[in-house]
Amino acid sequence: MAQPRAERLMNLHILLLGAKRFISKDAIRDACYSEYPRGGAGDEAFERAFERDKDALRQIGAVIEVGSADAFFDDEIGYRIPTEQTSLPEIRFESDEAAVLGLAAQVWQHATLAKATGRALAKLKGQGVEIDPSRLEVVAPSISADEPAFEPLWDAVGKRRQVSFPYQRATETQPTTRRVQPWGLARSSGRWYVVGFDVDRGAERVFRLSRIVGPVRATGKSGAYDVPPGTDVRAVARRLSPTFPTVRAELGVRPGTGVALRRRAESVAPATDASGWDTVVVEGPVHELADEVLTYGADVVVQAPQALRDEVVSRLHSIVEGSS
Amino acid sequence: MTTQPADTAPDQVARLLALVPYLLARGEVRLDEAAAHFGTDAAQIERDLRLLFMTGLSPGLPGDLIEVDLDALEGDRMIRVDNADYLARPVRFSPAEATALVVALRTMADSAPEGAADIIERTLHKLEEAAGADGEDLLRLHVSPTPLEASAVVPVLESAIAHGHQVEITYHVPSRDQESRRTVDPRGLARVEDLLYLDAWCHTAQGDRAFRVDRILTARELGTEVADKGARPRDLTEGWFTDAETTTVTLRLAPPARWVIEYYQVTDQRPGPHGTVDVDLEVASEQWAQSLLFRLAPHATLLAPADYADTFTAVAREALNLYEGDGVDSTRTPHDPPHTTE
Repeated sequence: MAQPRAERLMNLHILLLGAKRFISKDAIRDACYSEYPRGGAGDEAFERAFERDKDALRQIGAVIEVGSADAFFDDEIGYRIPTEQTSLPEIRFESDEAAVLGLAAQVWQHATLAKATGRALAKLKGQGVEIDPSRLEVVAPSISADEPAFEPLWDAVGKRRQVSFPYQRATETQPTTRRVQPWGLARSSGRWYVVGFDVDRGAERVFRLSRIVGPVRATGKSGAYDVPPGTDVRAVARRLSPTFPTVRAELGVRPGTGVALRRRAESVAPATDASGWDTVVVEGPVHELADEVLTYGADVVVQAPQALRDEVVSRLHSIVEGSS
Repeated sequence: MTTQPADTAPDQVARLLALVPYLLARGEVRLDEAAAHFGTDAAQIERDLRLLFMTGLSPGLPGDLIEVDLDALEGDRMIRVDNADYLARPVRFSPAEATALVVALRTMADSAPEGAADIIERTLHKLEEAAGADGEDLLRLHVSPTPLEASAVVPVLESAIAHGHQVEITYHVPSRDQESRRTVDPRGLARVEDLLYLDAWCHTAQGDRAFRVDRILTARELGTEVADKGARPRDLTEGWFTDAETTTVTLRLAPPARWVIEYYQVTDQRPGPHGTVDVDLEVASEQWAQSLLFRLAPHATLLAPADYADTFTAVAREALNLYEGDGVDSTRTPHDPPHTTE
């Protein structure tokens, strides 16, 4: 009967852990993979299972070293897990720090990251750290990642594997397939972005995860590329995101309306005459201001600049004409 | 919000490699005590130990003799594990684990009050040291804090919650673009996604309400005590907006308006003619729907309900009049918009 995989993984970990010499693949196969018959299909199945298991142990945190298992021939590859590098350094936490750690467990709403946090905390508990979040009166923030693309991209970033995905730009009707070596993920203003090297365009690019409209497929080997040293994904995302020049706009706003505009206004001057329009000065890119002004219907009117007036008027025209 | 992923073989191995060092350090542990320490149930610990019992290699190789005393486990519910000294230390953090934990803490530090921020910084420092020199092993994952602008009212709310006092707030309702003054019994603050909410009983509305803190314009702690002092905050992470009455609105979106699909909860979408998409949205107020349509113009068309379309065009005509009639001319008298209903 084949042994359960968890049992095999434990045995593999124990076999390699603290081994003084590299253990040859053959010896590993004898010790842990006896259910795979020698030759042909059996060899192939063993190779696949062994690759997958090494990968799983690395995901758990084990450092697997690869080296020569033979003193005289270096084509005999062997493996070992050095104890010191693979073990968690002893960390001592004060009780308030341990409480903080407990709260951290509640932050991630995304299942995989919540699980990764839980595993990290379990390791600390394994060291004897007593974690009790109820000792701290702090509001734990929560971060979600609902985009289906998050999970495969997160996985690809960790393994440094190239991915491809269909990407829908806002201004195009059809999605196009992009091939990317992902460097990292950043969340800003409630949205997730992936930053990486676009293989077809030969340049760094940033993609918004919500615009990835189909499956993300990882292709090729792990560790296929290196992230340029010193890459700060947040900075790259900011640098590559489109920015627009801002203008100062003078708006007429009916009293008691446009609360959000007033709150971020540079200045608000109450109506001085019978016209009843307060004058509100705000800054922003023309197209964003136009969006915002239109939102208020007939309660806000643009006084200046002309470019903003024109944009608003032309869009109002299109509504009125579209309806007749 | 998210479903728990299935328990996989690597999950179980990860748990065991954390459990064994704890057991070895103690020699003998009660099953329920170990379960409480790891925040799990006794049944799972027992399952994991049975796997450990099965673990072993041929004699001569390390690890041939991990001993789990199953009699003690079944009898007095005690755990005794022996001969596993090489598993005495937990495995170091994987890059994914370290990153998830560190990013969670950094996000907490960004929003925590001063005293707590210090504790979080201390904790982070220790973890980052353990994770590898200058965070080399961390994956590139960044969460930028969204600044919570309403910091001025937060101390007032916190103080009122601590004292069990009522609060008077002015609240901005964007869907109606109105301010309202309310007296509430505050129960707690909760951060959901990038926003901070006040959970309270609202005396004005006579019901439980969650107020977005960034929309609370002013807050004043009153001398009066809240009605129910022992009330615990509700779990605000899901399902608060479900009780509102909604109307289904159908929009036809041209490509530049497609972002609506990512931004709002779209209940259905179908391809429309010429590269457009038809979407159904549940909206709680007609005025909110009108605002959205204005924002999207001319890239969205309202397909249903028909009476929304009439109001929308009427307001657009009126707005256009501001520019093309006598416009912003000072002789014009202001008047209420024709749609003051919610």
